[in-house]
Order: sequence, then C-alpha cells, then structure tokens
Amino acid sequence: MKKVTRRSILAAAPAALALAAIPARAAKNYGPGVSDTEIKIGNTGPYSGPASSYGTIPKSEAAYFRMVNDQGGVNGRKINFISYDDAYSPPKTVEQVRKLVEEDHVLLVMSPLGTPTNSAIWRYMNAKKVPQLFVATGATKWDDPKGHPWTMGWQPNYQSEGHTYAAYILQNKPGAKIAVLYQNDDFGKDYLKGVTDGLGDKANMIVLAAPYETTDPTVDSQIISMKAAGADVFVNTGIPKFAAQAIRKAAEIEWKPLQILASVGNSVGAALKPAGLQNAKGIVSDFYLKDPTDPQWKNDPGYQQWVAFMDKYYPEGDKSDSGNVTGPSLCATMVQVLKQCGDNLTRENVMQQAANLHHFRVPMLLPGIEINTSPTDFAPIKQLQMGRFDGQRWQLFGSLISGQAPS
Amino acid sequence: MNPPEPNTMALGEPAAVRPLAPRVAKADAHWRNRSNLAVGASVLAALTAPLFVQNFVVFQLTLVMIYGLAILGLNLLTGFNGQFSLGHSAFYGIGAYTAAIMMNQNIDYYWTLPCAGAVCFVVGFLFGLPALRLQGIYLALATFALAAAMPQILKFQPLEPLTGGVQGISLLKPDPPLGVPLNADQWLYYFTLAVLLLMLAGAASFVKSRSGRAIMAIRDHPIAAAAMGIDTALYKTLTFGLSALYTGVAGALGAIVIQFVGPDSFPFLLSVSFLVGLVVGGVGSIPGSLVGGVFVLFVPNLAERISTGLSGAIYGVILLIVIFAMPLGAAGFARWAATRLRFARNPATTGSVGRK
Repeated sequence: MKKVTRRSILAAAPAALALAAIPARAAKNYGPGVSDTEIKIGNTGPYSGPASSYGTIPKSEAAYFRMVNDQGGVNGRKINFISYDDAYSPPKTVEQVRKLVEEDHVLLVMSPLGTPTNSAIWRYMNAKKVPQLFVATGATKWDDPKGHPWTMGWQPNYQSEGHTYAAYILQNKPGAKIAVLYQNDDFGKDYLKGVTDGLGDKANMIVLAAPYETTDPTVDSQIISMKAAGADVFVNTGIPKFAAQAIRKAAEIEWKPLQILASVGNSVGAALKPAGLQNAKGIVSDFYLKDPTDPQWKNDPGYQQWVAFMDKYYPEGDKSDSGNVTGPSLCATMVQVLKQCGDNLTRENVMQQAANLHHFRVPMLLPGIEINTSPTDFAPIKQLQMGRFDGQRWQLFGSLISGQAPS
Repeated sequence: MNPPEPNTMALGEPAAVRPLAPRVAKADAHWRNRSNLAVGASVLAALTAPLFVQNFVVFQLTLVMIYGLAILGLNLLTGFNGQFSLGHSAFYGIGAYTAAIMMNQNIDYYWTLPCAGAVCFVVGFLFGLPALRLQGIYLALATFALAAAMPQILKFQPLEPLTGGVQGISLLKPDPPLGVPLNADQWLYYFTLAVLLLMLAGAASFVKSRSGRAIMAIRDHPIAAAAMGIDTALYKTLTFGLSALYTGVAGALGAIVIQFVGPDSFPFLLSVSFLVGLVVGGVGSIPGSLVGGVFVLFVPNLAERISTGLSGAIYGVILLIVIFAMPLGAAGFARWAATRLRFARNPATTGSVGRK
C-alpha cells in the first residue's frame, strides 16, 4: 500500500510541474514548443532505407527554414526544425514522432513522408490533438476533416491525378487498350482507383493492371506481359526507380504505347535520365510544380528566388530533383499558416489557420495554381497541368485541370 | 591405444588441484552471489525506471524489452540449438498480426499473447519439419524465403478483410486496469516487463533442463547426440517452434505498444536487425538478448544523432567497432571482464582462467 502511494506521488510529480508551467504560457496563448523567440516544428523523413531517394525533401525543408530564420523568422520567431530519420519504417516513425511530441514538445509535425509511415501515426496524432500538417504523400485518405481533424494533405491526391489521366485518354485515344503499372500499396491502388473511376463505364479499357512490390529488383516481367496483352496506352505510376526501369524496358523490347507517367515518377533527374532521355520522348505527365530543369522558367521570378535559395542554403542539393522543389513549397505553405496565426500559436489555432488558406500562391507552383482550404476541405492543391517530354524537358500544354472526380 | 585421460590427470597433478578445490568453490559461490545481486539490481531498476522518466522513454524501454524478447527467441534457435534463421521477422509479424486481428474483434489484448504464441509455435513447428533437412546456410536461405514472402502474404487480396491489406490495422492503446495509478505507457511497460520476466525464467529453466541439454548437445555434436538416444529431429523442430513462439509473443506485444501493424512494418531487414542484436548481445546468452534489444533500438538513433545524412554508414562503423571490441558479444565481454576482475582481486585462485 505504502509503495503504491509513493509511486503515485512520483508519477504525479512531472504532471504537477507541467501544470505549474502552463499559466505562464496560457497568458500569451502559446501552445507547446512556442516561445517569444522560437517555434518548434517536427518532421520525419527517409534519410536511410528503401525510400532514401526522397530524403532530399526534408533536407531541403531544413535549408528553407534556415533561410526563413536568416530573414528574421516568422513574426519575429525563429523556426526550430527538428527532423528525424524513420527509414520509411512505420514502427520507427511512431517512435520518432512520439519523441518529437513528448520529448521535444514540438508545436506540430510537418510533412512526415510516406503513406504507410503516416498511417502508423494517424491515430496517435489525432488522439493527442497534434497537427499532422501537409503530409508528404498524395493518398486520398488524408482529406478527412470530419474523421481526422488534425491531419491534412498537401499535394494533389493520387486519385484525382488518376481521374486526369482517364480524361486525357478518353479525349485523345478513346479506343485504347490500357495497361497500368502500380505499386502494391495504398499509394499505387489510389492511382489505379483514380484511373478506373475516371474511365467510368469504360473501365474495361484497362486490359492489364500489373502491381509491383517496392522490394522487387525489376519490373521487366510486368512490362513484357503488357506488351503481350496488346496494350497501346501505358499508365506508369511507379516511383522514380521503377518508372525508369519500365520506360527503359519498354524501349528495349520496342513496345511503343502512348505513355502516361504519374507525377511521383516524372522527375527528369531521378527517373528520366536513368531511363535514357531518348526513351522518354513523347511521354505525357501531369504537373503542379515548376520543373526546375525546364528553361521556360529561366526568367520567372519564383524560379530565380528558388535558385538563389538553393545556391545559398542547399548548394549540395540536386537542382534537377523535383523533391527539392516540393520541400521549399511545403515550407512556404507552412510559413503562411504560421504568419496567419500571429501570436495565437496554439495547436487549435494552427489547424484553424491551416483550414483557412485562400488563393495562396507558392512561387514554385505552376502559374495560376492556388492553395485553398476550408474547414470542410483539407486538400490544399487541387489543380494540375499536363505536359509532354520532348527529349530534353517537359513542355506544358493545355490549361489548368481541376483533378476532381467526374460526377 | 589411447590411455584413459582421467588417470594421467590423477597421476600428474593431484597435489596442485586438491588444496585449491575448496577455495575455488568459495570464490564461485561469492561470484554467484554477485551475479544474483546484479540480477536483483537490474530487476529493481527495471521496476522503478518508468516512475522517473518521461512517457516517451518508457515507450522506448518497452520496445527494448520487446526486441530483446524477439532476439531471445532467435537465441534459443541459433545460440542454443545451432540452427540459423533469417526468417524471424515473419514470426514477429505473424505474432503482431494475430494480436491486431484479435484486438480488432474486441478481444482483450492480454488474451492475444498466448494465442500469438500458439499460432507462431504451430507455424514454426510446421516450418521446422521440412527445414530439418537443411543445414546451416541452406536453412538460413529457406527462412529468408519466409521473411521475404511475409509482406506480400500480408497484402494478399483474399486475406484483406482480416489483415487490412496494405492499409494495415490501427489499434487503440489499452488502458491500465481500473484503480492502477499508472498511465497507459507505464502500464504497458509493466505488462511487458512481467511477460518478459516470465519468459526469461522459462527460457533459463528450459536451457538448464534435460531438453535444454539435449538441444545444446545437438548443436555441439549431432551424431553424438543421436548416439546418446536424443531424438534430434523432434528436438530440432520443437526448438524451432519454441523460438517462433518467443518471437511471436514479442510481435504481439509490439503490435499492442506501437498501435499499428502494416506489411511494411515487418520487412526482411527486421530479421537482420534481430540477427545483429543476437550477435551483439552474445550468441547463446539469455541476458545478452536484452543487450541486443538495446542495440537494435538505440544505435540507429545514436548514428542519426551523429550525422543524419550518413546514419547508415555510421551505424555500420559502430557495429564494426562493437564486433571488434566484443567478438563474443556483450555476454562474452561481461564474462571476460568478470574473469579479469576476479584475477586482479585474487590471482592465486584463478590464475589459469584469468589469463585468457
């Protein structure tokens, strides 16, 4: 009995200390991790492991916040960006995010990368009421303001991209036989669902939907069977490594369908160069970011700002890797939310402001694309534009498409 | 013809051995007391630790125990029975999924542990049957196949209603029983600690039992063991099953504590982590398994703290240093350090042991 009492006292001690600290904070309306001079933001990313090619995204984010801090921070507060490696392993993400929330006491967790990793912390973040903002994955499920009011996506979701491809095919090749390559997880199946839904009652145009595993060494056999199935449209939704393999293999076996490449795999540096630029000629893809290798942006102020940023704060980063565009653009959105928060930096207000973005433009998003959110709309970017690869770079064509389901 | 050895010994050295015997026995008793003291102190430290650290650290310590338990499972197989496995991530995953699926049906979390253990025992036993024909690296390869197949089996379409497919299963964290003045993390810590101590004691008594001696005999000399009348096939399969059971229970605990299972949570790399933990902790040492758990959880974090970009390389360097400094793992190192200490204190009694 005596032992239990002593224990409970000991257990209560930290709580009592925390309580004592709260009044001082509450007077200024600060949440955890905020002071007059600092805002702590947490992040996880794959610096090692199977998805480490995306590790440059959090690195470019850290660089961006260094720049923000050099320019005086946000409303006078410096951003303290704490980023940990989760190796793309869900249990590790849980551990690292708990560390961020419970040990580092961050105000919010920004753009953790990956679908399985975000799924693992989804429930925890919403139970703890910690903002899980602008997750770096396009799964459709993040747009769920009712069920998960503390989680918000950012990029156009995979299903809406899939709708766009279906619309393009129906318009340009109505009698096509479609083959789809997709990753065997939420992310890949989201794309497949998007294409299937977008085709509507013509979904039987898909003659073959071939999955691959991230652990597969190659996707050669999938490509060979697509050719054998007589497909003349190839929707390639692989991540850069597999997208590149697929393009290369198709060229090797002289299969020449109309190729549609999903935005996850359309980086010139990470996918098309390894695939061979001549093999990638004529491929169609969709965009929401300015492709840094495209010379049409040479005199664009947003692009010039970005180059200046890269040169000064992230000189070792690859300027042809679109991940280095994604990171700073995510950060720009984050900074806007914090600006809107003013001195009311609680977790509740952060979510309110994140759901209150109107016509916000990010320098490296395509001209005309605006970020809009509302308490019932947790999908910040909804517009896309199509582009065609001419052997050197992506040439945009057509107008902005809103990637919503045809209803 | 070989002269019988005991005779030569008796003739050559009786004068030197006999007077020493009582003193050696006394020193051994002294050291046994010391090691009992160490075990007691560790248990006491484990019992009080969660009251002094933050919940996050409690959570990490819980994970250390869980990985330690999984490594203990591997240790029973590899350390004590000499069979290799690269497939323990699969058993860990099966245990985790058993727990998650049961908890999804609103079954209380503590019932999931015996079930996960039983399921893994059966799977391990069945897998052990054909695997018996394989030795050494060939067995390692067969178990590797199991580990490589597991994430895909978990994604298998017809199983989706159960496994949640690629989405995995999210779980609710169990609350402590009414009236226990602990938070959920602390409660899970003590729950895990209790399971761990129970299973540690079970493993220790198993290793000391007739069966334990039998499996070690099979490891050291299978032909001699068979000649002694040990049913090597039966014991090897049973060990495989038991090893899977331990790792499966660890997996179930892992699912409860992490609150999420997904196919990507149990990649082949996890098997390698267990193997690393096994070697670092000490092959064939029960407490060493826990050191392995510490290594598996904390060293990647340490490597990351040194350099985020080079964490993988730094992990490798740390691993090399550890293996170089402690070729027999933490357990071997502790034994070596103890003998050194004993020699320094009392060179006369243990001269011949202390030199190596």
